[in-house]
Amino acid sequence: MFRYTKLSAVREVGFWIAALLYLAPFYFLISMSLKGDQEVVSSSPLALPTAPSLDNFATVLTATGNSNVIVGLVNSVIITAGSIVLMVLVGSLTGYVIARSTRRWSRGVYYLFLIAIVLPTQLGTVPLYIGARSLGLTGTSWGMILLYSGMLMPLAIFLYAGFFRGLGTEYEEAAAIDGASRTQIFFRIVLPLMSPATGTVAILAGLIVWNDFFTSLIFLGGSKSQTLPVAMYYYIGSLVSQWNQIFAIVIISMIPILAFYLFAQKRFIQGFAGGLKG
Amino acid sequence: MTATLPSETEAVIVPRRGGRRVRPPRRPGLLKFGYWWWALPGILMVLAIHYVATTVGGFFAFTNWTGIGEFDFVGFDNFRKILADPTKIAALGNTLFLAFGSVILSNVAGLGIAIGLNRVMKTRYILRTLFFMPVVLSPLATSYIWKFIFQFDGPVNILLRSVGLGELARPWLADPTWAIWTVLIVVVWQNTGFAMVIYMAGLASVPVEIEEAAAIDGANLWQRFWHITLPSIRPAIAIATTLGLVNGLRIFDQIMALTGGGPANATATLATEMYKQAFSLGNFGYGAALAVLLTVIILFFAVVQQRVGRGRNAED
Repeated sequence: MFRYTKLSAVREVGFWIAALLYLAPFYFLISMSLKGDQEVVSSSPLALPTAPSLDNFATVLTATGNSNVIVGLVNSVIITAGSIVLMVLVGSLTGYVIARSTRRWSRGVYYLFLIAIVLPTQLGTVPLYIGARSLGLTGTSWGMILLYSGMLMPLAIFLYAGFFRGLGTEYEEAAAIDGASRTQIFFRIVLPLMSPATGTVAILAGLIVWNDFFTSLIFLGGSKSQTLPVAMYYYIGSLVSQWNQIFAIVIISMIPILAFYLFAQKRFIQGFAGGLKG
Repeated sequence: MTATLPSETEAVIVPRRGGRRVRPPRRPGLLKFGYWWWALPGILMVLAIHYVATTVGGFFAFTNWTGIGEFDFVGFDNFRKILADPTKIAALGNTLFLAFGSVILSNVAGLGIAIGLNRVMKTRYILRTLFFMPVVLSPLATSYIWKFIFQFDGPVNILLRSVGLGELARPWLADPTWAIWTVLIVVVWQNTGFAMVIYMAGLASVPVEIEEAAAIDGANLWQRFWHITLPSIRPAIAIATTLGLVNGLRIFDQIMALTGGGPANATATLATEMYKQAFSLGNFGYGAALAVLLTVIILFFAVVQQRVGRGRNAED
């Protein structure tokens, strides 16, 4: 019935044109970042660079102080990785107990997490900032990892609980009969079986942490642990219309996530579509 | 597949009712799954970071605290001040405009692309990857590209001038009337791919046999969409619109990068105003009151959206 016809081919070409227009901003991004200081002012923004060079990237990467891009990049990697590890560890344990427990309290706790997913973080930001400041956690990577994990924990627990509920208890029963302890059952049998769930949690939460600007601006702004988006914000704030440098730093901030996305795009998209459906 | 989908999708926001799920039989005492205290760290983190912090934030909304030293209870004064301040009312209006505008436009566009890419298309997966790309990028970073595109001697105005519409050219982001529309375009551009992916997953569950039967019976494209496709993807619509709305109401990054709330507060939202009051001006109490307002609005729309979605499902 639904076959590939001439009309489908026309539609396909139409969609490709639409997609290219949709991604046109990236043309400006790349073309401008390769232009020299003179050319940025003199040439048309639509024109390709006459003498493409990577000088802007070198300038941006050697910036110091508040807008040190390399330090921001390293901090972002540490904070994102740390948050994912903590979230997977704590989230899987909590999700497992909640999904497997038949006690009444586990259902109440499950609702607690569900409401927390929708609860916006803005209202808690001020007290959290004051609390973190009095504990000396503002401006530190550790404080940030703890904060991000806590903020995204409801999502992680919700995803894990959903996946655990879909997993039968046969493996655990078999392992228990073979004499495995509860800890062994969880870490050697259940958690490895949950790698799709772990992948979804890591991708969704990792992306949110990596791209987050609001929280890290408040908690890390101006400190030596500030993440890449904050460093980018300060750097660009110090530039006036030097679009070649601005776009060089924007590209640097995009490369890690884009490389990861193009490498594992199927998992990314499934994570978004499937993960949100539980 | 279709029978189980609504309840699964619903579960993101709607708590499951007790007793709906059949539990596997257990022999108590024989088999134990983990220890209850394994759940403690997770519960404590969520309690502290979500519930305690939100409650304390709600408390400060009724004070005049500046972030250091003493503070007094001022009752509802902060809220009265918000309602009496036209710039805050305008920020509220901007927040709702951007949230609803972006949800409607990005869902219509996302659904259109998803339907277009559904089934026969040969390069649908490559196209899907391309349309989804902006979603994974940081809103802050992509906003800087758009700032360039919309600046006075930027590509948009050059294109307008080259087709003879030069009088329409303007500094888009510095124009009090047009700045908010410009922000809306950027937000829609970034969110469309997300809606598309949710709808593609939803469309995959529409049974092709029914659609074929309808086509044979003479139903046209619009009738097939309205009577078969749309009812089948209701859960996907509920998810995509609820998440879009909740995220749209918190909009912050794009505003900071594109306009900083300007020109003359024309693009300020509740989130940017709250940031300005609490962290730039040191009015913690007043900022907390703005955050309470934002929280109430988000919870209100999340609940309403859920009620509407559930009402529709009950009709089926």
